[in-house]
Amino acid sequence: MVNLPLFIIIPFGMAFFIPMVSRKIKWVPDVLGNITTFILLILSLMTLNLEYVYHIGGWKAPFGIVLVLDGLSCLLLIIINLISFMATLFSVEYLEKLYTSKLRYYSLFLLMVGGMNGTVLSGDLFNLFVFMEIASIASYALVAFGCQASELEASFKYLVMGNVGSLLVLYAIALLYGKTGSLNMADVAKILINIPYDNLIAFAFVLIISGFMIKSALVPFHAWLPDAHPSAPSPISAMLSGVVIKALGVYVVIRLIFNLFGFTPLISNVLIYMGVISMIFGVCLAVLQWDLKRLLAYHSISQMGYVFTGIGLGTPLGILGGLFHLFNHSLFKSLLFLNAGSIEYEIGTRDLNKMGLLYKKMPITSFATFISSMSISGIPPFNGFWSKFIIILAAIKAGRPIIAFWAVIGSILTLSSFSKVLKYSIYGKGEKFNEEKWEKIKEVGDLMIVPLIILSVLCIFSGLLLYGMTEGIFSPVINVLNGGVVEYINKVLGS
Amino acid sequence: MNEEKGMSLIVKTVTRWLKGFIFLFGAYVVIFGHLSPGGGFPGGVVFAATFILITLAFGKEYVLRKIGKILASELDSLGAILFLLLATLGIYFTGIFFSNFIEKFHPTGNFKLFSAGIIPLCNISIGMKVGASLFMVFIILSVVRVVFEDGKGKLITTEKKDKK
Amino acid sequence: MIYYLCFVLFLIGLYGVCCKKNIVKIILGLWIMEYSVNLFLILLGYRKDGIPPILKPNTDISQFTQKAVDPLPQAMVLTSIVIGLGVLALMVTVAIRLYQRYGTFDITEMRKLKG
Repeated sequence: MVNLPLFIIIPFGMAFFIPMVSRKIKWVPDVLGNITTFILLILSLMTLNLEYVYHIGGWKAPFGIVLVLDGLSCLLLIIINLISFMATLFSVEYLEKLYTSKLRYYSLFLLMVGGMNGTVLSGDLFNLFVFMEIASIASYALVAFGCQASELEASFKYLVMGNVGSLLVLYAIALLYGKTGSLNMADVAKILINIPYDNLIAFAFVLIISGFMIKSALVPFHAWLPDAHPSAPSPISAMLSGVVIKALGVYVVIRLIFNLFGFTPLISNVLIYMGVISMIFGVCLAVLQWDLKRLLAYHSISQMGYVFTGIGLGTPLGILGGLFHLFNHSLFKSLLFLNAGSIEYEIGTRDLNKMGLLYKKMPITSFATFISSMSISGIPPFNGFWSKFIIILAAIKAGRPIIAFWAVIGSILTLSSFSKVLKYSIYGKGEKFNEEKWEKIKEVGDLMIVPLIILSVLCIFSGLLLYGMTEGIFSPVINVLNGGVVEYINKVLGS
Repeated sequence: MNEEKGMSLIVKTVTRWLKGFIFLFGAYVVIFGHLSPGGGFPGGVVFAATFILITLAFGKEYVLRKIGKILASELDSLGAILFLLLATLGIYFTGIFFSNFIEKFHPTGNFKLFSAGIIPLCNISIGMKVGASLFMVFIILSVVRVVFEDGKGKLITTEKKDKK
Repeated sequence: MIYYLCFVLFLIGLYGVCCKKNIVKIILGLWIMEYSVNLFLILLGYRKDGIPPILKPNTDISQFTQKAVDPLPQAMVLTSIVIGLGVLALMVTVAIRLYQRYGTFDITEMRKLKG
């Protein structure tokens, strides 16, 4: 039995402990940061297949704040803590050369991790808002960490968009509180199914969902993402793209739609169409990019489109595909960003034109890039194929072949843009390829290699997680979403 | 004390008189937060207001010499850690995070300091945290103006920028 | 009625964020939005001729529940003010840094990121 508040206590405590002890000694923040994220990873793996409700302060559910652990939270916890451990491992060496002040970096990083852990565990609307804001503020600051002009500009854009989103959410929470007189998510859901549906609830629903969709960067709300994600330091880009848009955006949208407001055909259509639009739009813009990290950031929008399409289908198979794609995307997208980070670390540029023939000099990084590119574009043995395949299959089974067609088109365009990456950076040469510089390139250090290898191995073998679909890791998650509002109420409040 | 820095003599004298009382009022708001309107955050803001008043009256060099950014940062972290520690002690004593454990062992009458269990202690740590961090925000915003960049990544100070 | 006015205030702030070109004005617009939400929360808990929500030993419970104001929105407002303060501090710092880099507050002249 894992004590749920530990997921919040450990990162926050360490986030404030690190600046206190390590002002003088240089290696302390590295060690403490990595130990913390490692402990969190172990704890999150221990929550597998557990399900319970924790009452903070001993106050019972509708009155006190509750932390709810179920399949969906467990999946997100594992993703968050796995990727954050990889990112901290990577940043030990990466930060040494490019950035100063590791102390503040780890402090903000752990605040972000703690905020996200709190967001996925919280069973209370306002508490969810507070944790979301903690994670967002830390990520705003981390995007601007390098203090270059472009980073500040991206951070400001992210700040304005993110803050408008947060305020929409807060307004919607206030409306819901005024309507129902409760903040506990299960209690709100219980009251909402007992009163007639009116315009006020619809208004609150639209506000809260658009607020969280800004955080998850679906297409009408995507403007901040392609600026903010490339500007951050690479481990942070991996966190932002791999975890933050999922924990703060997708998770909350799914949770609110399925467990609070109830899933209706109208919502399903909206989710599917937004998903398809962002799937195609993101990948079309990505093909045009020459900046490596910016290309990856556009792909994040596109892949989030897949996730939303799969979940919007509403069938168990579609939900399985969407959530499995969410898991896979966090693996291969963070791997791609870490690769981009190590390439940038060695070459000092992100421009695809200036790279070339990296497979001779950086074999492991190149191989990891190859694996993750194949994963993201859905080539059979890798994990990306399985999840995309399930989404397409679910679309066809649900009687929507057009959606399946667009998903295939998006996948092909993804493959084309990644073959561009592989051609210009790794196996071929860019136009402004510089021979003298190329001679000096060498493979990055061991600590940067380790997360790349771990994530590549996971990318290859996580397709196996599908084995035993009915009783495997994903079945509790699907049960949470399929059970809908009533089951969630029973679980949290006790029937 | 450097007489040229800061505001006029009147402001300095009034500040010197008032600062203790404002600080005392902050302490009052923090400590009686569980019985009357107030609590950690308003009290902390009053704490920070004291230091901001001193900064405005005497200039930032005076305050930085007396307190220093490092001390403020340590206090900031210490407040947060104390708050977490109080919450975590709940797990140790009763098995529940954030449980009000003091009352269970020391039942007291009304209007004693601990009549609300751990709430006054939490208020004190929040007050420390808020006061230190607001002061930090103010100091950092007043210091950050000094550094300019001349386009090539070099840092130059305000005076050089003015000469250009 | 007064709730609609809150939303109008919210929209005024949103107009400021969307249509102004000066960074400081954008920040002010965001803060008008923030305060409109805070005001809305406070108004939710307001009750005419309300009494403070503190239960004394000799209070009549039924009268208390009818007259006492709702304490929860006040706690929420306090929290959201604290969060707003954090965001404001960060935002102003970023704005000052941007001014150092570009020498202007005009967002139309900050165009390093494209595509």
